[in-house]
Amino acid sequence: MSPRPYVEVTDLRKTFDVSKPWLNRVIERSPRQFLKAVDGVSFDIKKGETFALVGESGSGKSTVAKMVVGLLGASGGEVTIDGVSMMDPNQRAQRAQLRRRMQMIFQDPYASLNPRWRVDRIIAEPIRAFNVVEGEANIVARVGELLTLVGLHPDDGRKFPHEFSGGQRQRVAIARALASNSDFIVCDEPTSALDVSVQAQILNLMRDLQQKFGLTYLFISHNLAVVRHMATRIGVMYLGRLVEVSDSKEMFARPRHPYTRMLLDAVPDLAMSGRQRIPVAGEIPNPINPPTGCTFHPRCPLANERCRAEAPAAIDGVACHAVAEGRISAAPQPALA
Amino acid sequence: MSEPVISVRNLQVEFVTRRATLRAIDGVSFDIAKGEVLGVVGESGAGKSVTGAAIIGLIEPPGRISGGEILLNGRRIDNLPPDEMRKVRGRKVAMIFQDPLTSLNPLFRVGEQLIETIRTHLPMNERQARDRAIELLTEVGIPAPEKRIDGYPHEFSGGMRQRVVIALALCAEPDFIVADEPTTALDVSVQAQIISLIKKLGRERGMAVMLVTHDMGVIAETADRVAVMYAGRVAEIGPVRDVVQRPMHPYAKGLMGAIPTLEASAERLVQIPGSMPRLSSIPQGCAFNPRCAHAFARCFIEQPAPLPVEGRRVACHLYEADMAAKTVESVR
Repeated sequence: MSPRPYVEVTDLRKTFDVSKPWLNRVIERSPRQFLKAVDGVSFDIKKGETFALVGESGSGKSTVAKMVVGLLGASGGEVTIDGVSMMDPNQRAQRAQLRRRMQMIFQDPYASLNPRWRVDRIIAEPIRAFNVVEGEANIVARVGELLTLVGLHPDDGRKFPHEFSGGQRQRVAIARALASNSDFIVCDEPTSALDVSVQAQILNLMRDLQQKFGLTYLFISHNLAVVRHMATRIGVMYLGRLVEVSDSKEMFARPRHPYTRMLLDAVPDLAMSGRQRIPVAGEIPNPINPPTGCTFHPRCPLANERCRAEAPAAIDGVACHAVAEGRISAAPQPALA
Repeated sequence: MSEPVISVRNLQVEFVTRRATLRAIDGVSFDIAKGEVLGVVGESGAGKSVTGAAIIGLIEPPGRISGGEILLNGRRIDNLPPDEMRKVRGRKVAMIFQDPLTSLNPLFRVGEQLIETIRTHLPMNERQARDRAIELLTEVGIPAPEKRIDGYPHEFSGGMRQRVVIALALCAEPDFIVADEPTTALDVSVQAQIISLIKKLGRERGMAVMLVTHDMGVIAETADRVAVMYAGRVAEIGPVRDVVQRPMHPYAKGLMGAIPTLEASAERLVQIPGSMPRLSSIPQGCAFNPRCAHAFARCFIEQPAPLPVEGRRVACHLYEADMAAKTVESVR
């Protein structure tokens, strides 16, 4: 393992212009409006680990994922993967080399596979695009190998995506992601569209492949139980900011940020231990007019004047005034400890 | 247990296609008592939603109820003519759908939709119905209901919209509500709020609730009893605590083991090989036999009937009396 993290994300920002059209602005005298989808997010991922981003819809998880792989331009900040900047125009050549090594798995396997292409063509596309394997016979052999790897039969390559179930389609998407011998895979809610028993198959497969090839995952999910199963480290996002980053075990045993505690509390209790759950109040606010100061303050039981006025900086992985000032008890949650 | 509000007996639902007649529901039976929440779980295609739709009389051709009966307060409702059923639906039985955005009409104010529903079922004038609508919105936890009643659905967030849908279902004070995946489109923090709301309303109003979901966690939190469905049949039905913590049917066991939890951090999740069969190719005998690790000769020939075992009903040959002594221990 190199001493430098494999993926470094520093102060990443994304602002979307959601203003009304020019004429409306002139007539209604309304100002331009901006939505800060991602607001100063920093984290790093070591080689071979799984870093998970969790949060509710609208928290900016997927926007971060898209910016990391370069599908979406950032408004500010820096992403460096294996020492190569994703932003620096002078590193274009190195970046082209890097592209082959990063792939993405999307949420909906019904939308992410071209319905008019046979599966072997879908999987061979990255191989051809990056010239990973030379010669048609070798490509066919490689596609068969990849299909076997994800638990399908090499003959399945002749089929179209609609002939497969959701879980099998997600296997095809995984095979495609591995086709270019990639080592960094961004998974955006890879199992959210699947049934639990199929989800278990896909999660197990993803873990096996990680061990086999030393893959690094950036794993986006809203399901805390899935994240706990997959992640080495976890970042919790709220309204475009990272409110807590810590080791997976640590986060579930001793969640520190009040929002993390709230999220953990909201997960239905399958063990039926009868643990007392603090009822969650409110919903994620509109990101166009986010609350002042700490954006979580309207839902936070510990909010005070300072929280309403001043945005907290991340100290030791937690961005919360109450934690920094010691106003929140560090007692672990009994049922989860 | 008191007289059941809804009683489903040996229900069969078929879909007639050009190639074959597909049996989506095959011999489903259960009762739901006043104030009770029955959770129905299973994977996509297990027949959960079709069961709900059959009870509420919303099976459209080419689908049809081909056998069994459905009784509401002791009266058969599965064979009512459409006009009669319209009067029952909404008044006595109501439904909460998965997606709150598509179950509300985007062109009408929330209040108009509530008032229309109330006046359809109850003899009230506009004024009274409006007051009643505000009451309902208060009850489902919408802040400032007298203002929000004049809002359009798009002005509500996902969680608030689902609350409106619940208020709509409550308009005529039904005896029975089918909630079909009511929290699937919502975030976890909001999901918890909606679950506790449904639970509270069911208890306070003494409604029978059928909660259809694929999320075992939601069932564990909300339901009193749970039915695990597989390929149109009930694999196991019983008190929620028993079934969740000590499932007996091999499918139920696999399903529980496949769920990642916050508590245990097992290295690997239990994996059921394969996937649910298509309706056109449900295997002979027990529908679960190709995926079952304990299947024996009989499972491939004869469909298991639900057997009473330890306070629940399990449709599995492993638990039959003569087999019990030999096999049950090895299964555990």
